[in-house]
Amino acid sequence: MTFLHSPRVIRTGVSKFKSAPLSAKFGISIIILYMLTALFAPHLAPYGEAEIVATPFEPWSAQFWLGTDNLGRDMFTRLVFGARNTLGIALVTTVLAFSLGCSAGLAAATFGGWTDQLLSRLVDVLMSIPQLIFALLLLSIFGTSIPTLIVVIAVLDSTRVFRLTRAVAINVAVLDYVEAARLRGEGPIWIMTREILPNIAPTLIAEFGLRFCFVFLLISGLSFLGLGIQPPTADWGSMVRDSATLITYGDVTPLLPAGAIALLAVAINLVVDWFLHWASGLKED
Amino acid sequence: MESIAKIIGQRVAFGALTLWIVSLIIFAGVQLLPGDIATELLGQSATPETVAALRKSLGLDIPAYLRYFDWLRSILQGNFGTALANGRDIAELIEPRLFNTLLLAASAAVISVPLALIGGIVSALYRNTFIDRAINVVTLASISFPEFFVAYILILFLAVNAGILPSLSDVDQSTSALGRLTAMALPALTLAVVVLAHMLRMTRTSIVNLLGNQYIETARLKGLPEWRVLVRHALPNALGPIATVIVLNLAYLITGVVVVEVVFVYPGLGQLIVDSVQKRDIPVVQACSLIFAATYVLLNLTADVLSIVMNPRLMRPK
Amino acid sequence: MVKGYDFSPLSAVNRRRFLQSAAAIGAIGIGSASGILPSLAEVTTPKKGGHFKIGVGSGSTSDTLDPATYYETFMYIFGHSLHGYLTEMSPDGNLVGELAESWEPSKDARTWTFKLRNGVEFHNGKSLDADDVVASINHHRGDQTKSGMKNPLKTVQDIRSDGPATVVISLTAGNVDFPYLMEHYQLAIMPAKDGKPDISGVGCGGYVLDGIDFGVKATAKRFANYWKPDSAWLDSFEVLAIRDVTARTNALTTGQIHAMDRCDLKTLNLLKRNKGLEITSVGGTQHYSLGMFVDAAPFDNVDVRLALKYAMNRQQLLDTLLNGYGQLGNDHPIASSNRFFAKNLPKREYDPEKAKFHLKKAGLSDLKVQYYASDAAYTGAVDAGVLYQQDAAKAGITIDVVRAPADGYYDNVWMKKPFTANYWGGRPTADWTFSTAYEAGADWNESHWKNPRFNELLIAARSELDDAKRLDMYIEMQSLCRDDGGTIIPVFANYVNALSTKVGHNKIGSNWDLDSFRCAERWWLTDV
Repeated sequence: MTFLHSPRVIRTGVSKFKSAPLSAKFGISIIILYMLTALFAPHLAPYGEAEIVATPFEPWSAQFWLGTDNLGRDMFTRLVFGARNTLGIALVTTVLAFSLGCSAGLAAATFGGWTDQLLSRLVDVLMSIPQLIFALLLLSIFGTSIPTLIVVIAVLDSTRVFRLTRAVAINVAVLDYVEAARLRGEGPIWIMTREILPNIAPTLIAEFGLRFCFVFLLISGLSFLGLGIQPPTADWGSMVRDSATLITYGDVTPLLPAGAIALLAVAINLVVDWFLHWASGLKED
Repeated sequence: MESIAKIIGQRVAFGALTLWIVSLIIFAGVQLLPGDIATELLGQSATPETVAALRKSLGLDIPAYLRYFDWLRSILQGNFGTALANGRDIAELIEPRLFNTLLLAASAAVISVPLALIGGIVSALYRNTFIDRAINVVTLASISFPEFFVAYILILFLAVNAGILPSLSDVDQSTSALGRLTAMALPALTLAVVVLAHMLRMTRTSIVNLLGNQYIETARLKGLPEWRVLVRHALPNALGPIATVIVLNLAYLITGVVVVEVVFVYPGLGQLIVDSVQKRDIPVVQACSLIFAATYVLLNLTADVLSIVMNPRLMRPK
Repeated sequence: MVKGYDFSPLSAVNRRRFLQSAAAIGAIGIGSASGILPSLAEVTTPKKGGHFKIGVGSGSTSDTLDPATYYETFMYIFGHSLHGYLTEMSPDGNLVGELAESWEPSKDARTWTFKLRNGVEFHNGKSLDADDVVASINHHRGDQTKSGMKNPLKTVQDIRSDGPATVVISLTAGNVDFPYLMEHYQLAIMPAKDGKPDISGVGCGGYVLDGIDFGVKATAKRFANYWKPDSAWLDSFEVLAIRDVTARTNALTTGQIHAMDRCDLKTLNLLKRNKGLEITSVGGTQHYSLGMFVDAAPFDNVDVRLALKYAMNRQQLLDTLLNGYGQLGNDHPIASSNRFFAKNLPKREYDPEKAKFHLKKAGLSDLKVQYYASDAAYTGAVDAGVLYQQDAAKAGITIDVVRAPADGYYDNVWMKKPFTANYWGGRPTADWTFSTAYEAGADWNESHWKNPRFNELLIAARSELDDAKRLDMYIEMQSLCRDDGGTIIPVFANYVNALSTKVGHNKIGSNWDLDSFRCAERWWLTDV
């Protein structure tokens, strides 16, 4: 089935892409570029991920396109591998956070009453402990392997998603058509997924675009406190941290990984904007 | 209005419950961390004998649950106790730092919240134009940079190159109001940059999201200018989620700024709690956590009340 | 974290003459009786006055004013501004008297008699007497103490006053180097009342405590009745805890502080371009170590240990991690400046082929080990592991670098996992160094190394008065350490600080960082 349909999906995709505004086209292109980079990192990178190829801080040259880092590893190679590790981790974390947060938020808004109270108070407890401190506690107890890192950040992030989902869903849950669905005798799962979710999706998607970036930031904040991704894995957050001092001398090296994160954030959010515009049903411009 | 009072009452009660659970979690969490204050204070120079001596003198040889109840009893009497590491009165230790933290959060909020609202409205008003895109790209780029990096860039331009602001926030009780303002300028700016984008984006999204609604069309048909439609008709209905995001960010400004404190050497609560976690100084960690938790609970309550006031339908019993 | 003790980079001639005279007359310390720092010919004239600010990369809200729990540079240098010590290491590397005017051992070096200086006054007006010294040292002894000096002072059997100006210390066994112990940063002399020392920060140092906000900053003002001439030039002294190295550097370049410790070596070449700054680099006696449990597989095989030693590219580590600010290590902890340093011991070099050879000798074709590191051990410990990983791969050795959380590293990882990163500030004497971390059963023997010959030599050398015999013993011990020991010591790191050119100083002592922690007393401001 999927196979039969896929040409049509691609065709619709292509026609959608053609009709998209320039900004969204730009965003989509960047995202695709990043994904390709992540997928083919070992083929694109001229050197190995942790390979020491020269002396530290070589300038930009034909041999080392973006120079070398503090240990003499090729900067371009690290950036390319960084795409793979960082995107992977951020994506898995954000998806996990949203699955957890959204389902709990929807359930709280739909069922109301004790379910809402219980979930909300639980989240209150989790959220009232500062994120970085909580992460510090959890990672110190459970160690800093990548799976632990993902789960810890996802759980902490999901509380934020829960809050937002609940806040917007609760507005929708009291609307007349939801009442009508209730009176029709629709089950709660139906109400959540068919009545509420489509109406709050735009807000959630906008949030997704931002949350995605926050994962990088949290990882980089954790590496500031000495927790974070295990070396010699290249990730953009830690790369910013490792070279950050250079910026005070006007050296642009740390801007490279930071810029890579920023460009992705901009790209994702341009696409999100396009989607929001499209979803809001505005027919203007 | 009666039901609002009821909701608030209920939430305050739940808030107290939250605080209690937080204290349990934190106590258990710190207890689960490897090592205790004796080993952490002595560091590499710890020997079994000195560790045992230190433990005994700090009363750590008493079982954990008993220590927790002792702590709970004194906290209920309004006594935070003394820090294990240096025996100082915790209330005294925390007070100036709490003041610093609140002041910094307030300054950052004063800069960022109005900017976020105005920016969000402008962005929604000129949606999909160059202005919108420019605001978008700048704010997104700014939140993609880790806090310490934003701080370094601001320091480079405003302190190192221009030399107009100090790169250290060296404040104490004797600092004058003006001195404080200058000293706090860079950390406040950094934090404002960090939280601005999130609030701005949410303002824009929430407003744009409402523009397809019937009543907006009606308002437009009445011939109102677009900005009035936005501010008078769309904004009030969008305030629920905006308030939630603003409150989240305010809570962040108070509880999550340890990295900025480290970079600017600003004596706030964040540094204190990280130090205390590292040294396993449970009473101090507990006291800071409770303050953070209480802040959060209060702000959260405010957001919920605001949401309810904005959308009176929420009060209607189902 | 700085801990342990540094060796003094004694000029060999000076030190030998000093020791010979000591051996001949049996009175170590005679040469230092004046106690006042010799001023060098080429130095500029110091000026009095000014408010001096220094930013250091340490300091915690859990710090205290009790010398027994001093922890990290912030309290070490502030402690030295408030307190006096019995002995002092001069910038030239000689042990001289500070509060002790002279000292004298018994023939078997088991009983030491310290004569105290006259006319020393504490900040509270009390005059220094022998009871203060007894109480201050006892503060670090006994069951109740939380002091890290408890262990080194274990050999002290008894300490008593003999009149108001004489302190007699008897040891369980002879120790020629005992007076060096009295210079340790935790052994501050405090005024005592009824045998209890005052630990509130009252001392007899050059500065009086003005205010301290732990983990933030501390200030002290010049003590008007300070006994020591030509020192403590500043009107007031302020230490700021600036733990982020970038923030520290920025504060210095924007003129908010006059000096900083622990420069970022990665970017030091860029910092050097700043004309308003002076970079000081001294010492080379603090060293990095990688401890392997010699009683756990695979490290229980000496060939595996040798393979791991040969698989380390020391030169690269020195160039990359320290930017050249240090010296190559030879897998033993004795610095090249120490008078007992084994000069002729061949330098161990990076040799993947030899590593493979030893691996084969151990009956292995490849080797996979986990190496635990954290920047809590020293800045760059994790990077060092990454470099090591690359070098060792060429010898067929796979090293998994595990970054352990900085939080709790010393309790949780170091000496718990079989192969870990560590950092030693060193100790001022070879004996102290070896007995701290290499003697069988020592608390901090990070490799669990128990070499009978080594231990025999160590004990014999401790009370040996003949310098030549001692040298032979220490050379053999270094060689044992290098070829049989379970510790890889790749490099010795310098103390690298940056100072505003407005800061005046003489020759900078290398016993410890920041002029042997005595910057408050020794440095001055030129623009006052």
